[in-house]
Amino acid sequence: MTLGELWGQTGEWLKGTGPDTDIIMSSRIRLARNLAKYPFPHWASAGQLEGIISDFEGAYKKTDYFKGALFLRIDELDSIEKQMLIERHLISREHIANPEHKAVLISEREIISIMVNEEDHLRIQVLQPGFNLHDTWKLADKIDEELEQNLEFAVSSDLGYLTCCPTNAGTGLRASCMAHLPALVMTKQAGRIIQAISKLGMTARGLFGEGTEAYGNFFQISNQVTLGHSEEEIVDSLERIMKQIIEQENTARNSVFANQRLLLEDRISRSLAELKSAKLISSEEALNLLSIIRLGVDLGIMKGPDRNMLNDLFIQIQPAHLQKKEGKRLSAEERDAVRAEFISKKFNIQPIL
Amino acid sequence: MICQVCGKNEATVEFTEIIDDEVKQLHLCDGCAKEKGIEMEQHFSISDLLAGISGLDDKPSGEEPPLKCGKCGMTYTDFQKIGRLGCGECYDAFKKNLLPLLKRIHGSTRHIGKSPKEIDETDGKKKISEAQELRQQLQRAIDMEEFEEAARLRDRIRALEKKAKDKP
Ligand SMILES: [Zn+2]
Ligand SMILES: [Zn+2]
Repeated sequence: MTLGELWGQTGEWLKGTGPDTDIIMSSRIRLARNLAKYPFPHWASAGQLEGIISDFEGAYKKTDYFKGALFLRIDELDSIEKQMLIERHLISREHIANPEHKAVLISEREIISIMVNEEDHLRIQVLQPGFNLHDTWKLADKIDEELEQNLEFAVSSDLGYLTCCPTNAGTGLRASCMAHLPALVMTKQAGRIIQAISKLGMTARGLFGEGTEAYGNFFQISNQVTLGHSEEEIVDSLERIMKQIIEQENTARNSVFANQRLLLEDRISRSLAELKSAKLISSEEALNLLSIIRLGVDLGIMKGPDRNMLNDLFIQIQPAHLQKKEGKRLSAEERDAVRAEFISKKFNIQPIL
Repeated sequence: MICQVCGKNEATVEFTEIIDDEVKQLHLCDGCAKEKGIEMEQHFSISDLLAGISGLDDKPSGEEPPLKCGKCGMTYTDFQKIGRLGCGECYDAFKKNLLPLLKRIHGSTRHIGKSPKEIDETDGKKKISEAQELRQQLQRAIDMEEFEEAARLRDRIRALEKKAKDKP
């Protein structure tokens, strides 16, 4: 895979396939791993950081999982490309803050990505569409096992995998689901549910946008505790909680559909009209409108567009992706104009309603 | 430096926060820092946690040298400042103080879950290393197109792996 091919494709996790994909857009597993012989990245010398990169390169090439994968040094990317990797959920914001001696490995369909020299030496991420935590964990487990054949990880028999920040020690596992919860937000229940989740050792935050703001009604829900529970236990308990959230969202959807049908249809057609005819649109606005359209499709009020296109739009309308399409840097207002034009084209060619 | 949240104003405030898996070092403008203030309360920081554990912040007396990791040179004071450890050995060097912290974060100080194959059991260690060695020989044999030798090595690897698996 080349960088150009990466930008041209839709990541597997956006395909809108997999179980309960109307509510759970994707499932993610992340494992933090460190090589025993080096200090953690923030405490390592430039030479050591390069050693980590080359040790990892040697090891991943011996596994079966990365045929056709793309290995990128962050400091060789331009600023738009770096931002695009963040928008595609392949790397974190922290990974580009100081790009020297950092790298990322991306598998062909963007299911697997491994950040090198982020907070830990390796951050292994597996990202799959739909509600699919167990399979996602199994794949992460296998990759981990293959890498460990050729890399000696920092572990202790008491504390498990040793990580740069003690909040990740033990399993080094962070499991998460990206959930689309428009009906819970509409019926003002989302806040209550997020509070309940945090009492169960999980955290919820907005998927798009900064901080607690959940643009487009997308939430990322993940485990907080990594030590003292096995990987299966962690995955199981997140799965149980997500099942309850799915049920609550479905109940809220049915109630809105049954009791406020006209209000709902009104919101959907207004959203559609705005998406079709706006001349300037911010990404926050666009995400919120697209969320309503997605709900309309899920509830069968609208026949199209399909979920794949909608999911892909959530990424394509982000600032760096727009600038890549235009082939130049754009001011915020220019971006809003380009975004509006791009979205309006997409919606005006689709037969809808 | 420009504010990392709004990307417009000059950053005047710097702080470290921990949001589930990530320690973030953020440079913010006044306005965004204020907004973040509300949000920060919901997340905990390592220094808050340390402050919450009595006795750990006590300055070491003149006779007692501060805890220091023999491998990477990080001191416990460094860790308190940065909120991140220097290397895997630091866990051992700072054990006395880290265990209460881990207990507070995770409610546990004992890992239950997978470990690399090699440390599964002391006895298993040698066998896996042997298998690794054989695997390298196998790769060499394949590269040299010595297929008879390769087949022989493959069988030996299989036997070793079976033996490791069958162990109770
Ligand atoms: Zn700002
Ligand atoms: Zn150390």
